Amino acid sequence: MSILVFAEIQDGKVKKSSLEAVSYAKQMNAGTIHAVALGNADNSALAELAKYGANQIHHSAAFTTFDSTTYAAAIAEAANACGAKWVIISNTYTGKSVAPRVAVRLKAAIASGVVSIPEASGSNWVVRKSCFSGKGFANISLNSDVRVLALTPNSFSLTEAAGAGEIVALNPASVENKTTSVEIKRVTGKIPLTEAELVVSGGRGMKGPENWGMIEELAQVLGAATACSKPVSDMHWRTHEEHVGQTGITIKPNLYIATGISGAIQHLAGVSSSKVIVAINKDPEAPFFKIADYGIVGDAFEVLPQLIEAAKKFKSQAN
Amino acid sequence: MKILVCISNVPDTTTKVSFTDNNTKFNTAGVQYIINPYDELALTRALELTEKNGGEVTVINVGLVDTEANIRKALAIGANDAIRINANPEDGYFVAEQIAAAVKSEGYDVIFTGRESIDYNSGIVGGLLAEILNLPLINVVSKLEIEGGIVTADRDIDGGKETVKVATPCVISAQKELTEPRIPNMRGIMAARTKPLKVVEPSGSNALSNISAFEMPKPKGDCKYIDAANAGHLIDLLHNEAKVI
Ligand SMILES: Cc1cc2nc3c(=O)[nH]c(=O)nc-3n(C[C@H](O)[C@H](O)[C@H](O)COP(=O)(O)OP(=O)(O)OC[C@H]3O[C@@H](n4cnc5c(N)ncnc54)[C@H](O)[C@@H]3O)c2cc1C
Ligand SMILES: Nc1ncnc2c1ncn2[C@@H]1O[C@H](COP(=O)(O)O)[C@@H](O)[C@H]1O
Repeated sequence: MSILVFAEIQDGKVKKSSLEAVSYAKQMNAGTIHAVALGNADNSALAELAKYGANQIHHSAAFTTFDSTTYAAAIAEAANACGAKWVIISNTYTGKSVAPRVAVRLKAAIASGVVSIPEASGSNWVVRKSCFSGKGFANISLNSDVRVLALTPNSFSLTEAAGAGEIVALNPASVENKTTSVEIKRVTGKIPLTEAELVVSGGRGMKGPENWGMIEELAQVLGAATACSKPVSDMHWRTHEEHVGQTGITIKPNLYIATGISGAIQHLAGVSSSKVIVAINKDPEAPFFKIADYGIVGDAFEVLPQLIEAAKKFKSQAN
Repeated sequence: MKILVCISNVPDTTTKVSFTDNNTKFNTAGVQYIINPYDELALTRALELTEKNGGEVTVINVGLVDTEANIRKALAIGANDAIRINANPEDGYFVAEQIAAAVKSEGYDVIFTGRESIDYNSGIVGGLLAEILNLPLINVVSKLEIEGGIVTADRDIDGGKETVKVATPCVISAQKELTEPRIPNMRGIMAARTKPLKVVEPSGSNALSNISAFEMPKPKGDCKYIDAANAGHLIDLLHNEAKVI
């Protein structure tokens, strides 16, 4: 029996979410762990996969731009070659595009947004996924011989457990790439929200874009990403990439600090699975306090400078 | 240009979620159903494109008769006609196979889905459909133009966006910002009553998964308050108590 993990490469490195997927595969304890890595990466970058348990790493550098068809074909081919009963993919934007295609190729049942290790139930396997934008969980019973799981990023911790880590060349059958990449615009030097473990977020209570310096400074001191509520991105105070919630990004960081955000149900839908939630709001009745672990009732413009100062002090002592 | 828009029927965004029958069924009592918001954006963009370049927009739904209210709403917003595949949408695989079987020979230039349904948040039907029909997929698209059979689209990637080009036919999944939703007007609502809504029976195909149970998220413990005058104390608590920094 074996498990195949899709290892996503970005800028020559294996993404953290893919390392989580390898750790997850290790925890499943269901056979040899193979990883398939598509794109340019040197052996030391690929060896990261071994650190968390990959026994064999199938690598092809031939993939320079992303196309869901060519990626899915290569992943499915690797899955067939190593007889994988499970294909584990992190549900990043790339993962979302390839996982269903891989499932069709392998006639596999697919569950996406997975937050648990599969459990056997008779001849089926059951995994838990989040649904209703974090307002519930569903146990999905998978009734097929091969199964594809798309994991929610940041749901599983990295656990070192060395695997053999043998790197083997993959030469997948060539499949026509029908999409052309024109331009990639990525905010550089910032932690991508979907991967961030700590997030500092601001809402309409911040009054205007000129006040975001405080949010950014606190985030910078803590090593956090920044986020915002929908009206804030609608008014162009912040870019839409930062908007979290039902119609924005869903995140699951270890810490979410909400400043001047009321806590409307559609906002909570994107952040309620955060491990620890802090609400800062001048209105003691703000709904955010109902789901927060820590609350500060007060004016953000007085609270944030104190937090920045305390965080700086904490960081300087920690170093 | 022929455009197909897949629409799913979902509980309204303010729904209080609860489960019945020993946590095996979603409690639909008092729930208002809407067109999945991403599908509504896809529909509106499809209408804008056909208004500019000529063509027709068909909406399709896999669902039982109770979804017809929202199919009529899609017609009122402006779709030319509609197809309902008369089956309970068992799982994403089943839905994609039904849609694929119904539209395979129809020659749609663009097939739209939403990036995900806001109920089960799977985001898989577009990809499944693209693979079954052997079409390219551009997923999570926030901007889209079509000219001379070439689609130029912005798709979300981790930490940014990528602009890509692809020739039609293709599958596109809609993300917010694609356009602004339209509210149906009286004329649209009147016209929708007589627009064709074809009901077809499902073709043989099996779901590969099912929901065996639901669970509510664990209730949060009480909120611990920190005095605003001593806000810096929060940093200690986050380090020593919550252990997240
Ligand atoms: C279909 C639909 C989808 C939606 N999707 C989303 C989504 O994805 N994400 C999202 O965020 N919203 C979404 N919304 C909008 C949502 O309903 C709320 O309107 C929105 O979240 C409110 O944003 P806010 O909390 O920043 O602003 P407000 O509701 O205006 O709240 C501002 C808060 O700041 C506090 N405040 C004011 N001044 C200060 C100060 N000096 N110090 C401290 N606190 C202060 C106030 O007490 C208040 O609680 C959606 C709505 C709909 C209908
Ligand atoms: N029952 C359905 N009928 C028609 N289209 C659907 C159905 N379910 C899902 N879709 C489409 O697939 C998209 C993604 O859904 P999902 O994979 O269920 O999150 C939706 O936004 C719809 O466009």
